[in-house]
Amino acid sequence: MRVASIEFKARAGEKLADATLQRNLVRVKGKFAAKRAAAMAGFHDFEGLREAGREIRQRTLDDLDVWLGIFERSATAGGATVLWARTPDDINRLVLEIAFRHGVRKIVKSKSMVSEESSLDRAIEAAGLEVIETDLGEYILQINGYEPPSHLVGPALHKSKEEVADLFHRRHKTARKEGIEDLCLEARAVLREHYLTADMGISGGNFFVAETGSVVLVTNEGNATLATGLPRVHVAISGIEKIVPTLEDAATLLRLLPRSATGQPISNYVDVLTGVRGEGEGGVEHMYYILVDAGRTDVLASEVREALRCIRCGACMNHCPVYQSIGGHPYGWVYPGPIGSILTPMYAGLENAHPLPAASTLCNQCGVVCPVKIPLPDLQRKLRERTFERRLAPWSERAALRLWSWVAARPALYGASMRVVARLLRIWGGRERRIRRLPPGGGWTAGRDLPAPDGRTFREQYAARRRAGGKPR
Amino acid sequence: MRVGLVVTCLVDLMRPGIGWAAVDLLERAGAEVVVPATQTCCGQPGWNGGDRAGAAALARKLIAEFEGCDWIVAPSGSCVGMIRVHYPTLLADDATWSERARSAAARTRELTQFLVDELGFDAVPGRHDGTVTYHDCCAGLRELGVKSQPRRLLAKVSGLELTEMAEPESCCGFGGAFSVKFGEIAAHIAERKCAQIAETGAGAVVMGDLGCMLNVEGRLRRRGDASTRVLHVAEVLAGRED
Ligand code: SF4
Repeated sequence: MRVASIEFKARAGEKLADATLQRNLVRVKGKFAAKRAAAMAGFHDFEGLREAGREIRQRTLDDLDVWLGIFERSATAGGATVLWARTPDDINRLVLEIAFRHGVRKIVKSKSMVSEESSLDRAIEAAGLEVIETDLGEYILQINGYEPPSHLVGPALHKSKEEVADLFHRRHKTARKEGIEDLCLEARAVLREHYLTADMGISGGNFFVAETGSVVLVTNEGNATLATGLPRVHVAISGIEKIVPTLEDAATLLRLLPRSATGQPISNYVDVLTGVRGEGEGGVEHMYYILVDAGRTDVLASEVREALRCIRCGACMNHCPVYQSIGGHPYGWVYPGPIGSILTPMYAGLENAHPLPAASTLCNQCGVVCPVKIPLPDLQRKLRERTFERRLAPWSERAALRLWSWVAARPALYGASMRVVARLLRIWGGRERRIRRLPPGGGWTAGRDLPAPDGRTFREQYAARRRAGGKPR
Repeated sequence: MRVGLVVTCLVDLMRPGIGWAAVDLLERAGAEVVVPATQTCCGQPGWNGGDRAGAAALARKLIAEFEGCDWIVAPSGSCVGMIRVHYPTLLADDATWSERARSAAARTRELTQFLVDELGFDAVPGRHDGTVTYHDCCAGLRELGVKSQPRRLLAKVSGLELTEMAEPESCCGFGGAFSVKFGEIAAHIAERKCAQIAETGAGAVVMGDLGCMLNVEGRLRRRGDASTRVLHVAEVLAGRED
């Protein structure tokens, strides 16, 4: 997928002015944050559970190579084939090799964010095969010319039902439906046909279980069950960081994931798929795992390694004031919101994405809801340090910071400067004591006034009081 | 009990009355208040902006200035968060300063936190006739756990009635340099906060960080609200609202 994160600010501006999107964002915010809060309120020890989730994920990452080896052995023993993708391009190459090996013509796909990193669908189509997304949100984006996803859990959340109704009407050439239920039924009728005629199913993988060699899939629509169960071949694609040691660990994380994502105690469907079918069993004929690196080992070796604990619940963006204002598209790549502000610079290059970690108030509304306790603002700060070191941001920002630190280290100069600034702002503010336009602070005064100061700094007043015989301090 | 007051750079420049209110409250609570004359900025802009070296220099400066104090107190959750939470990280690898940073961190408290948790003080002189609503600034709330203390003290202000807004804990959009660099987004976030403040019908919104105050007041005025006052909790408690 093209990385457009460098254009963050301009795109954010467009989204702020998009009235339809703004209405949709208000709806989304109410939905997710409120449902999560309700789920928390009904749970006896969510903090304890978060700590358990953090511990499982961190322990696994600390010995990731070992767990990957165990997973490969277990999965192979179950009759699956484990393949490794070092780069995003490797994902596409491996999928096409599998497809050609088994004479596949049509592929159904359930949700996989990792495959967005390599634009897998378009590579499949370019090779002359057919691919159909079966997650409703992903399907909507696919038939809208592969519009990028805007959210981890609900990739098409930025769309209203009216927009979807228009799209279905246009693409399916059916009568325009009004209600959500009718729209879902229409999508279901279209998709059912594809499940039955597809030769291969592609899924993501919420967790890969090392002890059993299984993949765990969490969905609400049941599409993963059909997409991975009906065709002959199943390919599960996910990042190497998605390993968990045991089924019990997966169960603990399953208590966290839906609650954090949608406020559900458990998702409507949880599939645990292990290997190919044996004598007299159900299941697929051929099963492949594609475990993707694509920058993950570099993250593991970096100062932001904690980001790899992410289980893709979306809670950080649901609670992010910036995301709530602009949605997911301005982040410019696969992963939006606070976690995207870490992963995008790491996977796609800080030079291509440095506005993302900067575009945060560091309020930590994300960190306190993250089910695996990723300290997102701390990680954003670390990437800001790298941005500063590598001189990636505009020179004026860097110069301003440097100047501030330099002056603030010299108390006499600092005192004199602030006296001048206080007076200038006082005069600029006029009788009303408010500044509506401030040339060097245009970013501020575009949407807010600046309350003007009194004109004398505290240190001046304090010194005057001492001179006048106030209590010595 | 020597209490060093970190005035903060914003209070020094933009609203010195908050500093005086803090001095007043601390003295009433029985502290000997010291205001080191050479203090400037705690280093937050550098720390949050990626200039680690610049931030570290200012951190060392502040630590040295307040070393003779039993406590270090500031009327700002974010500056206290900087000293209490971030200084030890910032100076962790500095052999000569890491211990001094940890000691300073351990002695540092946000103003209302200090008054309530350390001194059990509640004889506040303030008087405020009318309804106010309280905004929990992010750093104070999520880095320091300041939540009940300001409300406890506000409850002692005669005439004051507190009405909570829908989401007192949601960010106002300030975020330091963010509020200038991404001003449009910051103003949009502030607008949500202002709408919630307006819904309460309160005559004033009270909070504990001047950066957030400027952001909220700036947006209130721009959206045409000339009357809702934006007050620092210290001003209200000390009865120095002008
Ligand atoms: S960073 Fe945490 S909150 Fe955000 S998607 Fe990942 S697990 Fe969820």
